[in-house]
Order: sequence, then C-alpha cells, then structure tokens
Amino acid sequence: MSAVAALNVTASIAPMLARQSYAEFVKLFRVPAFSVTSIVLPSMFYAFIGLGQASEPLYPGSSVTFGAYFLASMALYGVANVMVLGFGISLANERGQKQDLLMKSTPLPAPVFFTAKAASALAIALISIIVLGLFAAVVAGVQLSASQWLTLGWRAMLCSIPFIGLGFALGYLAGPNSAPAVTNLIYLPTAFASGLFFPLRLLPHFLQQIAPYLPLYRAAQLVWDSVGARTEGGSITTDWFYMGAYAVAFFLIALWAYRRDQGRKFN
Amino acid sequence: MSAPAVELVNVSKRYGEVHALDDVTLAIQPGEVVAMLGPNGAGKTTSISLMLGMRNPTFGTARLFGMDPKDLRARSRIGVMLQESGVPGMLRVEEIVDLFRSYYPAPLSRSEAIQMAGLEAKAHSLVKDLSGGQHQRLYLALAVCGNPDALFLDEPTVGMDVEGRRRFLEEIGELAAKGRTVVLTTHYLEEADQLAKRIIVINHGRVIADSSPAAIKARVAGKRITFSTTAPPEESQLAGLRLSSRQIEDHRVRLLTNEPEEVLRELFRRGVEIQNLEVAGADLEEAFLAMTHHDVAP
Repeated sequence: MSAVAALNVTASIAPMLARQSYAEFVKLFRVPAFSVTSIVLPSMFYAFIGLGQASEPLYPGSSVTFGAYFLASMALYGVANVMVLGFGISLANERGQKQDLLMKSTPLPAPVFFTAKAASALAIALISIIVLGLFAAVVAGVQLSASQWLTLGWRAMLCSIPFIGLGFALGYLAGPNSAPAVTNLIYLPTAFASGLFFPLRLLPHFLQQIAPYLPLYRAAQLVWDSVGARTEGGSITTDWFYMGAYAVAFFLIALWAYRRDQGRKFN
Repeated sequence: MSAPAVELVNVSKRYGEVHALDDVTLAIQPGEVVAMLGPNGAGKTTSISLMLGMRNPTFGTARLFGMDPKDLRARSRIGVMLQESGVPGMLRVEEIVDLFRSYYPAPLSRSEAIQMAGLEAKAHSLVKDLSGGQHQRLYLALAVCGNPDALFLDEPTVGMDVEGRRRFLEEIGELAAKGRTVVLTTHYLEEADQLAKRIIVINHGRVIADSSPAAIKARVAGKRITFSTTAPPEESQLAGLRLSSRQIEDHRVRLLTNEPEEVLRELFRRGVEIQNLEVAGADLEEAFLAMTHHDVAP
C-alpha cells in the first residue's frame, strides 16, 4: 500500500464533526415542538410571571429585583430544558425509528456522534439565553452590568453540561412513547422544587429540605449569584463541586444506559 | 494476494437458546457478486450483521478485508443498505448525502451519489416527505456515496415498484461491472439469478448450497407439476410418489419430480381431481424450494 493511500484509509475527523454537528443542529431546530418550546418558552414564562413584578424587590428589604432573579432562573430553566427534554426525547425517538442501525454500519466514530449532539444542543441553549436576555433587557427593562450579563451567560451554559449527561441517560433509558412523559415528570417538578419559579422561602417546608440536594438548585445558586440574587449562604466553590459531581454521576449513568442499549441491539 | 472481502470462519451465532447461525464458513473474494437466499429467519440478516461487525459471533471469526469488521478502516471501504433502518426525517436529501460523504475518505461527489440513486428531483426535499420507494433509493445513495469497494444490501428492493426495481438492479449491475464486491440478500429469486454469479442458500442457520445459479438449478433437474383442486388431495393419494418436493396451499398443488409422466399417470389412476394442469421446467425458485423443504422434512 502506498504512503498516500495509507493516510487516507479513514476520513478526517474535523470535517466529519462539522457536518455531523450541523446535521444534529438542523434536526433539532426544524422540529418546532422542540425549537419553539426551547427558545420561546423561557421568555414566555418571563412575560407571564416576571414582567408584572420585574422591578419589585425579590423579598421585602432585598436589593435584588424579582426581574433579575427570574431572569437568571429562566436562563437556567431554558438551557437545562434543551438538554433534558429536547435531548432525551429526540434521542429516544431516533432509537425508536432505528436511526442508530444505519449509523452503526458507517465509519462514524461514536465520540464524534456524541460530541456533535452535545455541541448542537449547546448552540440551541445559547440561542435560548440570548433571546431571553434580549427580552428581559428590552421589554422588562432589566438592568445588569456587562460583567453580570457575561457571568450569567457562561455560568448558565456551563451548568447545562451535567444535564447533557442526564438527557443522554433518559434518551437511552426511556422508550420513544414514554420519553416525553418521563422527562416532563422529572424535569418540571424538579425545576419548581429548586426554586426556579418562586423563591425557595415561599415554597412548602418539605421542599426547602429537599432542594439543596437537587442539581438544578445548585446550578440555580450559581446563576442567581451572578446577578447577586443568591438565596443560600454557601460558597460558589461548593456549588461548582456539586455540579462537577452531578456531571460525573449523570455521564456514568448515560454511559451505562448506552452500553446496555448497544448490548441489546448489537451483541 | 489481497485478503478476501468477507470471511466467516466457523461462525456460530446464538440469541439465547436460538441458534441463528451454525458453524458457517465462507469467503467472498473482491469483485464477487453474491446473493444470499433463504426463507425468513434462515439467518441471512444475521450473516450480514456479523460480516459488518454489527453483531459479534458467539463462536468463530468474521473478517472484513482481512480486518476486524469493527475496524473503522474496514468500515470505510463498505456501503450498506439495511432492512428497517431509519434516517433523520428532518434533513434534506442533499444534506444527509453530504453528511454520509463526510464519513468516508474518498467519497463520490454529492451529485454523482444522488444521480446514481435517481433522486435528482428530490435533492432539496426533506427525507420525511419521500415515498417508500424513494426512501429505498436514498438508502442506495447513502450506501454508494462513500465510493465503497464492497456493498452489502439486505433485501434492498423491498417497497420498490417495478420500474424502480429494474433501475435499481441496473445500477447494482453497473457497480458490479466496475469491480465492486456486492453481497445481497433477497426474497426475489429472479434478482439473485439476474445479478449474482454465486448464490449461497441458507436454511436453519446453515449453508445448504453455495454455487452458481446454473449449478443450483441443475441440482433439481426435473419438472414442476402445478394444478388446482376443489378439495386438497389426501395424504394417501400422494403416498409413494417420487417427488422431490411438494407444496399444497388450499386448492393449489405444486409438485416437483424427475418423472412427471409416471407421477401424473399415478395421480389420475388414484382419482385425484386435477384442474388447470401445468407442467413446466423447474426454475430457480423450484430449486430453492426443493432444497429448503427437503431440509425441513428429510
């Protein structure tokens, strides 16, 4: 075999990853049930719940406005929503339609496939944050410093990473028919119990006891912190530590679920 | 000496208690066009999955171009059409062709791949808007777009209309003429007869014949007697006749024999009611039926 031929026995990874990411992005984006809910829903919640009381203090005597608190909440809600719901459901659907079968016969390496999926979901998460930020700034008149906007943005994006693992796990564990129900049953109550819609101090006592152990609660502390709306005394180092631990745990569950699925189909 | 395109060495595959393949050994050389025939559940799709490394043999070894079939270098040299596999409905035909092209080191151009599949008019359509036959043609485009050395086609013409099938077989014939290795499974015996130089008949997970279409037909020299009856003939009426196979479906009877005159004389003598009698030379389908039925009830 000549040296030139030896170099070309498999395709280059970079163009493959670019094509795959683009394909994953348009696949998600062209499904209105996913793209509209992911991108518009956080702003819609903001309009319904946050708009009327945007300039009021979060609680009596607080220097933080409800508008800033709810902006951070909905930014997190939006990105995690993309990962958990969109991701979990679309992956379950693709498995249901046996799209994984043909892909398995191609020389596409599995890590490229997963990286592309994660990248496309992150792109949609970023769009949802930008749309929400524009809505909050222009319509609700939320005023944050440039550094607060940036911190909120990158923290929300970074906090979405553990939920990529959770989305993957749900996508491989749930069937195509049960996926929407299962993910909603898990995600919505968790978002509520983590204080994303109403400050935790307004929620029932038992929820206040549970909340600190929920991943969304830890992520929420980080995004609230970025706009000065933190509800708990702890340090952000602790919160990041928790996020890291959740990321490891969720990705391990996802890996287990993926292997289980592959073992059933391809063994 | 180049390695065989496909090699199965003493391969067995079990799904729990089910023996899907039982000690199969075969090699397919580069450039060969091979059809795998067999009834449903015979082990055709399992054979293909093992050749492609999509499943692991319980015993034995599968190789693709001398490599582990899971090796991406081996996978980069093949194109595949699979039964019942899905593709993303929300991508356009040209987008998914470009996507698949990016998986391979030396792909065809997008327009070449789309043209070979006859999908020029549908290049901008979303995959979900294609008809069943167009879906199959899209799978062909995806199988050939990597400019593969070997094509694996599992029941490729299911769902195609007559014209689509004719065109499809022509395309595969042209690819074969250019030296591509083609392995196809099919229910349509005329497809195998038309395309393949070699036919492998599988039944109950075993290779029961592996030769040219002509040799397979010659294995069952003889005539096919077909007739209909108002009441199916009783067992005693067929007892002792020299038949190589028989099929009785409701009121239709098909018998295969080397001595048609003797069998007919005996049937009339026994008073079997015979309508619409036909006697014809056995074709590949008869040969196939005779072999597989013989295998079921020796």
